[in-house]
Amino acid sequence: MILEPDPLQVGQLSDEQQMYKENILDHYKHPHNKRVVSDSTYVLAGRNPLCGDAITVYVTVRDGSIEDVAFEGAGCAISQASMSMLTDELKGKTLERLAAMGQDDIVTMLGIPIGPVRMKCAMLGLRTTQEAVAARRS
Amino acid sequence: MTKEDKNNTFDRRGDFPLIANSSIAYLDTAASSQKPSVVIDGMKRFYETSYANVHRGIYPLSERATSEFEAAREKVARFINATPQETVFTRSTTDSINMMARSIVATLSPGDEMLITEMEHHSNFVPWQQLARIHGLTLRIAKITPDDELDLDDLRSKLSSRTKVVAVTHVSNVLGTINPIYEIARMTHEHGAILLVDGAQAVGHLSVDVQALDADIYTFSGHKMYGPDGIGVLYAKRGLLERLEPSVWGGEMVSEVTVEKTTWNELPYKFEPGTPDITQAVGLGLAVDYITGLGIDRIRRHEQELLAYADQRLRELPGLHLLGPADVDKRASVLAFVVDGVHPHDLAQILGDSGVAVRAGNHCTGPLHCAKGLTASTRASIGVYTMRDDIDRLVDGVKRSMEMFR
Repeated sequence: MILEPDPLQVGQLSDEQQMYKENILDHYKHPHNKRVVSDSTYVLAGRNPLCGDAITVYVTVRDGSIEDVAFEGAGCAISQASMSMLTDELKGKTLERLAAMGQDDIVTMLGIPIGPVRMKCAMLGLRTTQEAVAARRS
Repeated sequence: MTKEDKNNTFDRRGDFPLIANSSIAYLDTAASSQKPSVVIDGMKRFYETSYANVHRGIYPLSERATSEFEAAREKVARFINATPQETVFTRSTTDSINMMARSIVATLSPGDEMLITEMEHHSNFVPWQQLARIHGLTLRIAKITPDDELDLDDLRSKLSSRTKVVAVTHVSNVLGTINPIYEIARMTHEHGAILLVDGAQAVGHLSVDVQALDADIYTFSGHKMYGPDGIGVLYAKRGLLERLEPSVWGGEMVSEVTVEKTTWNELPYKFEPGTPDITQAVGLGLAVDYITGLGIDRIRRHEQELLAYADQRLRELPGLHLLGPADVDKRASVLAFVVDGVHPHDLAQILGDSGVAVRAGNHCTGPLHCAKGLTASTRASIGVYTMRDDIDRLVDGVKRSMEMFR
């Protein structure tokens, strides 16, 4: 469970949350699987117009399982780190598992409390990946 | 309660329970101000001792509620140098602008023009844009100068006999720019057009005299000037309020209703359909008392000292770019900036984690950010309770985030 800090007081993040925060920063500065894939099964661009986050996601599927996820783009640390972590997280998962993922999975993956405003940044990667697959299927 | 001490320090933190009881540096007054005890306690007292619907009951309690409600209107009217008949209570600045925009547009014909500026908040942009689209009117937009002031030459060049309404902000909620309303009013009136002013970011920070400004319509919100949320003000010149038809309908605003037709109540009630936000209006009256008690000139001096201090400290940081005119005296209460390599949302979050509350995003000014080639910025804003220490914490937080993202 992720504890929400008291909004009226300062310095409420636990050591563990501090560690997760550093992990996010590390993913932002050194993103995993940030590359263009020319022959992916699915590709889709996603945008978060409010903050200008923009990514393109490439998903390669083999036998119903995700073989590779890559992305390119720019934006805030939360949107970019979330997408970077997701590329690791999704490898080997089925498309059904991808479709079933939601906000809780992303918050757990990031490991810090995400407020309602920044949830859009955090969710951009998962939403775009899910839409990339869904758009092609229909 | 804190008072100005021997060193002439203006310290009002003790007036605001949330500020006094928390360790946060609240630098988001431009989004909404915190509330002083006099407003919070006064509203509680009104609910506990005087509450009833207004203008309806013939019993003493309703009469008391009505007289407190009308006393609040008189305070607000005096505060901006208007008459109570010209002072309409609404829900917010947005509500005031929408009401007037609809009433004005109902008098226009296709081909008529409306003129706004690049620095408008969405609340003074979207209503005109949408009404132009629906009614086949032309919307023109005056530009800003490279120094983030309103380009008066451009504004003048876009005024013509076709211009029927000019809508402009008094103070930009991003740039902090104070616009020369009286000069704009003169230009507008030369062409026989109506001037509407968005005063949301001005009232409570600057002395506002609607007659001296010669604004035809002046709108503002209670919640940005230490009053409650849910209450706004629409001032308009009597002749205009008499001439315009209301655009929102309901009870209380009417004089006589038959199956065939309705006649309107006298001013200002003609523009106040439904049960008003009674307790919020009382709260706004108390906020006006609070501001006049401190003195608007003293507030302005305090905020300008802090603005100049913040401006100087932030300019020392390499890679930080401030928006708004370089001259602090041309601005009021807000400082927006961008930092190379740090996204405004990340910056706001890092500041937030260290207890510094700022806003990040486009601050409801998409067209302005687009004109400046930005998607977002970070904004710190100042109120009566802001102190140098808050600015120091802001600067420290910005420095720390620059290091984190290096």
